[in-house]
Amino acid sequence: MRVHVEGIGLLGPGLAGWAESRAVLTGGSPYAASPAVLAASPLLPPAERRRSVPTVKLAMTVGAEALEQAGRDPATVATVFASSSGDPDTLHQILETLATEQRDISPTRFHNSVHNAPAGYWSIATRCREPSTSLSAHDESFQAGLLEAAAEVAADGWTVGLIAYDLPYPEPLNEARPITGTFGTALVLTPQPTDRCLACLDIDLTRGDEPVSRMADSGLESLRTGNPTARALPLLAALARVGNGGHPETVVLDLPPGGRVVVRVGQPCR
Amino acid sequence: MSIVSSLGAGQDATLDALRSGRGGLKPCRFETVALDTHIGEVRGVEDVRLPDDLAGYDCRNNRLAEMALRQDGFADSVAAARERYGAHRIGVFLGTSTSGILSAELAFRARDPQSGGLPPTFNFATTHSTGSLADFVRRRLGLEGPAFVVSSACATTSKVFANAARMIAAGLCDAAVVGGADSLCLTTLYGFHSLELVSPAPCRPFDVQRSGVSLGEGAGFALLERAEAGPSSGAVHLLGAGESNDAHHMSTPHPEGLGARLAMERALSSAGLRPGDIDYVNLHGTATTYGDAAEDQAITGLLGTRIPVSSTKGYTGHTLGAAGIVEAIISVMALRTGLIPGSPQTRTLDPALRSRYLQANEKGRLDRVMTNSFGFGGSNSSLIFGWAA
Repeated sequence: MRVHVEGIGLLGPGLAGWAESRAVLTGGSPYAASPAVLAASPLLPPAERRRSVPTVKLAMTVGAEALEQAGRDPATVATVFASSSGDPDTLHQILETLATEQRDISPTRFHNSVHNAPAGYWSIATRCREPSTSLSAHDESFQAGLLEAAAEVAADGWTVGLIAYDLPYPEPLNEARPITGTFGTALVLTPQPTDRCLACLDIDLTRGDEPVSRMADSGLESLRTGNPTARALPLLAALARVGNGGHPETVVLDLPPGGRVVVRVGQPCR
Repeated sequence: MSIVSSLGAGQDATLDALRSGRGGLKPCRFETVALDTHIGEVRGVEDVRLPDDLAGYDCRNNRLAEMALRQDGFADSVAAARERYGAHRIGVFLGTSTSGILSAELAFRARDPQSGGLPPTFNFATTHSTGSLADFVRRRLGLEGPAFVVSSACATTSKVFANAARMIAAGLCDAAVVGGADSLCLTTLYGFHSLELVSPAPCRPFDVQRSGVSLGEGAGFALLERAEAGPSSGAVHLLGAGESNDAHHMSTPHPEGLGARLAMERALSSAGLRPGDIDYVNLHGTATTYGDAAEDQAITGLLGTRIPVSSTKGYTGHTLGAAGIVEAIISVMALRTGLIPGSPQTRTLDPALRSRYLQANEKGRLDRVMTNSFGFGGSNSSLIFGWAA
């Protein structure tokens, strides 16, 4: 499947936006893991802005960055939201409430608990009525999202915003399901090359045993293995290097059992 | 394809209930829930045992899935497909809204009083995790193709048909197991209660006195294959799929049903059909005041007032994340048998609604049926099934 990358969004520990992070990802600047700062999207109406939970803030921040870079009206772009979980804080609060006698869940908290809450807020903010899929595949959620987004581009000819995000749970869920840091990324993928294209991706599903791509920096590598969405880091690093004029690269993402997502990252084909 | 709901396990039990007008809604006695409402609980979920090698996936949601996998020869059909295509060429695209969250609800009641920790028996990845369902079903069926869970609230097991069709069209697999499971839990029972959307009596879609949803649980699966690979006569085809967003509100549908209409228009367009080609619509029809009114506007605006429509949620309750697959299978059974289901508790149709809503069963030849599923976050999906074009 061939897709063209028109925009990239990124927010993670020590990775405050795509432009700010490129030098770190290429190894040109040292990596320092300062916590990511979340803010509610200014695109949302006041009520929804107030009700924004961390997953909504994270997803909307990286999504907006990628769409802005692509220069596209988000109302015209289909979306794929990928995350291993619904909003961790919201789920924690609901589970705590349900363990009490009262069991009085707040209605806002309940609607924020659905896995597709970021997709709902996004469509309200951007007035987007295009198709949207919210999916999950535990530690392979980013890989699954990338396959779905590429299939939408390849099979349906849509321009797609892939928005992936994962955040840690509060205790006690954190012990049962540890997730490292706050990490989100977004890619705008198109079926045809445009003059805004940053790179060209050829994506294949293989049964090979190619070694899975890793990060050279130990801090970034522990982020990659600790946060499901950060499995995207080797792809983002390749995009940063190719964007700097580097040679085409092949990135291998794990897809158990026995599968690989192989992405060839090349210069934009204009 | 296979189906489990409060109407019973399997297509025969489901059809028997629809023919005789026997609904599955009963006063709520689920777990420790103290709410004055009726629910569609599946009998026998407690007694289901997962295969020994998959015992770690044990939770109500995966038990419900296991129950459905055992119905209607489904697991055997998949095994035959695995022989034809190879395990790695069959994808698994399933939906659930709450997965095994009941396990986490119980674990939070059993926290260590000193440390606050969860009991060591609680396994997040295999129960609560949203992806657990696809992981369990893939292992249970011995499949190795791409697998994920779509969780777009109550539209989700309708949307997976579109995901699977794309994956097959893009060449990532030759066939796919679609469907899913959504099981009763305190999160949804108390959550819908907090939104004041739950009816105390069995729900009455399109009735002038409708007063909200009755919640239920269910599971179902279908094997989707590339059309040219299986041209056996009598095969039902997924003719079209349409998806949209309301872009309006998190938990209230667009008042004129704009998103719902867009999903139906896109389904028609992807099928290359016109509104008059549809013989029956299985509605989302949850029996909320606003939801039914919005869907009625979308239906009458696009399809007119003469096509028979009904919601089967008066039978099964709103099975939430499973509603898409439960109603897709009921729609396909209607296509195959000519039984167009009525609506058990609907007594006096709301005069403000203009669709041709069926209260009693009808018989007739159906060539193309549409089924609608809408969810929180304004997520809409519409599917069209029929005989080969």
